[in-house]
Amino acid sequence: MSSSAVALTIISILVAIGSLVGFLARSHHRMDLEQWTVGGRGFGLVFVWLLMAGEIYTTFTFLGASGWAYSKGGPVLNILGFQPLMYVVSFFILPPVWEMGRKHKLQTQADFFQTRYNSVFLGALVALIGVICLIPYLQIQLTGLGLIVEVASFGAIHRIPAMIIGLGVVAAFVSVSGVRGVAWVSLIKDVLLLSAAVFVGFAIPRIYFGGIGSMFAALIQAKPSHLVMPGTTKDLGHTWYITTVLLMSCGFYMWPQYFAASFTAKNARVLRRNAVIMPLYSVTMPLMFFVGLSAVLVLPQLGNGDLSLLSMVRKTFPAWFLGIVGGAGVLTAMVTAAIQLLTGATLYAKNLFRPMLAPSMTDQQVARVAKMMVLVLTVAAVSLAMYTSASLVSLYLMGSAGVAQFFPGVVLGLFSRRVTTAGVFAGIATGIFIVVTLIWTGRDPYLGWNAGLVALCSNFVITGLVSVLTPQRTPAGNETVPESL
Amino acid sequence: MKPPSLGAILLGLIPFIATCFSVSLWDRIYPIVFGLPFNFFWLILWLLLTPLIMWGAYRLEEPRTRGDRDKQDGAG
Repeated sequence: MSSSAVALTIISILVAIGSLVGFLARSHHRMDLEQWTVGGRGFGLVFVWLLMAGEIYTTFTFLGASGWAYSKGGPVLNILGFQPLMYVVSFFILPPVWEMGRKHKLQTQADFFQTRYNSVFLGALVALIGVICLIPYLQIQLTGLGLIVEVASFGAIHRIPAMIIGLGVVAAFVSVSGVRGVAWVSLIKDVLLLSAAVFVGFAIPRIYFGGIGSMFAALIQAKPSHLVMPGTTKDLGHTWYITTVLLMSCGFYMWPQYFAASFTAKNARVLRRNAVIMPLYSVTMPLMFFVGLSAVLVLPQLGNGDLSLLSMVRKTFPAWFLGIVGGAGVLTAMVTAAIQLLTGATLYAKNLFRPMLAPSMTDQQVARVAKMMVLVLTVAAVSLAMYTSASLVSLYLMGSAGVAQFFPGVVLGLFSRRVTTAGVFAGIATGIFIVVTLIWTGRDPYLGWNAGLVALCSNFVITGLVSVLTPQRTPAGNETVPESL
Repeated sequence: MKPPSLGAILLGLIPFIATCFSVSLWDRIYPIVFGLPFNFFWLILWLLLTPLIMWGAYRLEEPRTRGDRDKQDGAG
């Protein structure tokens, strides 16, 4: 068999095993909306950890981390900066979010806004922004999936058919198995990806330089400026680092899928413990940096930095190993895409479609609309991925900066009595407006600041001002405002 | 909701100070520690220290919220 046939066969086998596990995972559970979206709220520490690690450490994280280390150098350290800090933030906000979730049977992020602020329109706005921000994120997973297959097949299979097949499997798998299936597949992909990352991260510097220390010594001699900020860039210096790390650590859990993952926990303690241990998982990130940095000296002519990890693996190891790494990457992309589809579809059906168009729908009908929406989102993401190839990073950044605008509404909603619905509306609108204006006109970073943080600060100010100026709406029943507020 | 205790918040601020605001102090190559440039070493070190600190915060927070916990806890 040729190298590409070996690699592709192994990838297909891994994907088949993963999908099978996902389909089987549902067998003991009746699939109502509650089970499909939040796993019946019964996940313990291990399952929540798997689900969150499965969602957070995406193909893009791994390809992108080595890619940034390769193409930008020092600024890649922002990933190591924000990852532990976003768990610190989650330690404080997810347990009370879970508490509200249990009390009011919340399933989505938009449910949270709708219930806390007693406004279906705010819920619908949050759902709309969430779905729009999810589509480019979904598209990124697909592109990652396509890249892997393209590299593994040595260019024989184009990324478009690969994406379509991959996404077809994901869509089927999501419709059938829901969040529990995703958590199980996540287990397989975590084991594979983790062992592949650890092995590759140590082996590649060792093979080419004799070790990680010698790799750095060689790089310090050849290109010392690559290792500190701003690296090869002009504008990603220390101010950018601080503002980006702040934005990402506040904004990360505002992604609707990560926010909703907290509802799957069986109690708040699981989420706290999870927040304590999660930073340890980030230890794999520097290993990805080492691969990207090795590539700076070994493969200096790569056009696309995101290919540095896969190209190094292909150059260094036999085809079957490329198959394992590629298979882990494809499964990762599938898990992530699955959870994004699940979240986007539920948000649409439950918080946009039902309240706006068909208020009398039952939960069962909502579940049916959500499953249909899985298909719609799939098609939307594939067509986007087909027609726009450039600036994935900027789409991702815009999405992250966009969802970060929910942060004031969540934090103030949890801990402040004084914040009003009008305040949160005005804050989100201001934040989104600034994000879109600054990023679309190419002003990110703006005066050295991460544009998303500029928007977030303005958002906080406007939320506060408008809340002070508007009267508090008396909630319909005391149920809608969290206890002891 | 009951806001978190001041102690837990102060503990949570430590990693922010160490790895975010102080970037200009540690973003340099020398001294090299364990073969790593200082900035890489520093951030990797804090991947390990942050869980320790947050474990402290957990010890502070958990007793305060024990009343809210009514479901049985387990790992899986």
